[in-house]
Amino acid sequence: MAIAKREPIDSGYDPGPLEMTGSQMIWESLLREGIDIVFGHPGGAILPAYDALAPYEADGRIHHVLVRHEQCAAHMADGYARATGRVGVCIATSGPGATNLVTGLATAQMDSVPVVAITGQVPTNLLGTDAFQESDVVGITQPVCKHNYLVTDIAELPLVMKEAFYIAREGRPGVVLVDICKDTQNAAGVFRYDFDIDLPGFEPWPEYNAEALQAAADLLNRAERPLILAGHGIHLSYTSEELLKLVEKAEIPVVTTLLGTGNIPETHPLSLGMGGMHGEAFANRAVQACDVLVAMGMRFDDRITGRLDRFAANAEIVHFELDRSEVGKNIVPDVAVIGDLAETLPAFLPLIQERHHSDWVQELNVWRAETNEADIIQYEVEELIPPFVIRQLWHATERTDKRVIVVTDVGQHQMWESQYYIHEEAGMLLTSGGLGTMGYALPAAIGAQMSDPHALVWCVAGDGGFQMTLQELATIQQEKLSVKIAIINNGFLGMVRQWQQIFYEKRYVGTPVLSPDYVKLADAYDIPAAVVRHPSEVVPALEQAHATEGPFLIDFQVKEEVNVYPMVAPGAAVDELIRRPKPGYAQGYSGVQPSW
Amino acid sequence: MKYTLVAWMRDTPGVLNRVSGMLRRRNFNIDSLQVSHSETPGISRMTFVVAGDKRVADQVVKQLRKVVDVTAVEDITDQLAVLRELALIRVRTTTATRGEIVQFAEIYRAQIVDVSAESLVVQAVGTEEKVDSLIEFMKPFGIEEMVRTGRVALCRGDNRSKPEKLSTSVFKATARLNGSGRG
Repeated sequence: MAIAKREPIDSGYDPGPLEMTGSQMIWESLLREGIDIVFGHPGGAILPAYDALAPYEADGRIHHVLVRHEQCAAHMADGYARATGRVGVCIATSGPGATNLVTGLATAQMDSVPVVAITGQVPTNLLGTDAFQESDVVGITQPVCKHNYLVTDIAELPLVMKEAFYIAREGRPGVVLVDICKDTQNAAGVFRYDFDIDLPGFEPWPEYNAEALQAAADLLNRAERPLILAGHGIHLSYTSEELLKLVEKAEIPVVTTLLGTGNIPETHPLSLGMGGMHGEAFANRAVQACDVLVAMGMRFDDRITGRLDRFAANAEIVHFELDRSEVGKNIVPDVAVIGDLAETLPAFLPLIQERHHSDWVQELNVWRAETNEADIIQYEVEELIPPFVIRQLWHATERTDKRVIVVTDVGQHQMWESQYYIHEEAGMLLTSGGLGTMGYALPAAIGAQMSDPHALVWCVAGDGGFQMTLQELATIQQEKLSVKIAIINNGFLGMVRQWQQIFYEKRYVGTPVLSPDYVKLADAYDIPAAVVRHPSEVVPALEQAHATEGPFLIDFQVKEEVNVYPMVAPGAAVDELIRRPKPGYAQGYSGVQPSW
Repeated sequence: MKYTLVAWMRDTPGVLNRVSGMLRRRNFNIDSLQVSHSETPGISRMTFVVAGDKRVADQVVKQLRKVVDVTAVEDITDQLAVLRELALIRVRTTTATRGEIVQFAEIYRAQIVDVSAESLVVQAVGTEEKVDSLIEFMKPFGIEEMVRTGRVALCRGDNRSKPEKLSTSVFKATARLNGSGRG
């Protein structure tokens, strides 16, 4: 279960200036960026590029994955990028093709995932005429991209391609879209790729300030109740090892964000798991009780902070962050260290004194024990409940020696996965955290599996989200992938239903959702499947899935009205939790329990 | 509090849209926004007046810096600067009022740049306060049409530091992935 091996992306391939068409330039650029896979869907305005792809596909230099909906091309590129750290590439035609990408691009951008999207555009002489399949793609995607380009001149294309990959990859990763007019794809020009990038306004790697680092160290060295809040930035900078060293050197407990899951192994005694809206009570209590909070590579999202003015109210806050615009956006820190964690964290480590915080950790352990006592799993074994399914999934994957990647959709199952799956390393959970995009899991799992055919990839989705993108089952078969799928099927759009139960007096408007017979559906795609209705069937089904070559789908028909606890109501402080119902309470219990 | 920000940006198609779109998306309150050429060919200069507190102004600066085409941003609120606005005001006139209007204009060192039988156009240059005040005086005569440029600003003195270029290219992520960097 080793972390993804990062393969060289620099192919070193550059035969110098060559005469070619714009379409060829697209693929030649990709080769020079070390890209060998694209996810896309053809159409009129991108046809020249697809035509030019033929020789690259024929000799295996570039593999094209045909999606069933362009949104999924963006999600697959996203899943591929998250699983590898490399840039994911998706491609679509103009108009509807490009607008279909938008949700996927916004998802990737919100979660700092490097994706380059290539779209065809109507010929330059038709621009602005409301031509067939014309839309203002640069205008539409601007708010959800790190940067984007419209290319109308063949002479600009090579540089634009190089800049696009540079911007997507360097600094805080993000999405860059390149919209290329059809006549520009057809035009001929000279292709070279040895440009120097000259983007004076793009500051990917700000230099950190040594004084700020020292000030941060002084604060942490003085702390009696220190806490680290670790986000996606730790994984993006590959610094989870340094983080662990820091944590152990000064005995500092760690709370993670959803995308920071696994930044330190969740079996580690100093790991408190995820904080925020569905974080465990002891994790949120730690945030509220700490005296120095060191936030690393995270952006104080409302789902993690709850009510801002009561967030970590007793703490002095240190913020390590690469993107300076995140500093002071939601929380104004006492000390900000702006820079790359791969530099700041190793430089920070020697400034931190070796010490123990036994009293603080002891206190947290008391809170933890209390939470574990109220754990839902311990007394709901007669009926099939989602937390049990997730925990068994963890047990099943724990036994494999393969690299495990879990991809979750959005909603209740996503939170249960976060709570009940034990993540041992950063980057093993792929999920749409910022945008919360239902339908993400299946295509992102396909993207992840494409990056590593030997990995054990589990797509965990609810019955609502799965039905948003289930057409990609066909892609799984067309690409002969072995994605394993767990549908946590409770007959509801569960998280919305939970909110309706708690905040809207149980008026379930628009949330009961009908599912097809997933076994039959899978059968239509020639994918083996099983249905699970009782706890005793869970382990055999998981074993069958693992024993089966290729894809496998399990329809877990779980108890309907189960809620995710604990829960911080929107706008409440993170210690104002709705706790798990105590034994004896009915599952449908909707009252707000006192926070204890 | 009003903050004066100056941003320099590559004169690319859509750069104004990128900046204004970001300001709208992030719900910043912008009093005025003015775009023009700068001393450097290919670089436009934008002057913003931002309403809000220091934290808001800082966020605007940081978010502007994130726009790839923006090459430099400076908050010149606390610097000695020449702040000016130009206004063209068409005022209704009669033989009885014309003299009075011209007198007011002279007091404000404004110029009469167009005269017709029933109106004249006053051109005023100054701080927003001065322009506001002139407009107040002109209102009773009847303002038929008016245009204001919004604030432009230039720091005083010749030894002020020019905002540095934000960065040069660093292929750190690329190096990392290639194994020649850290991690």
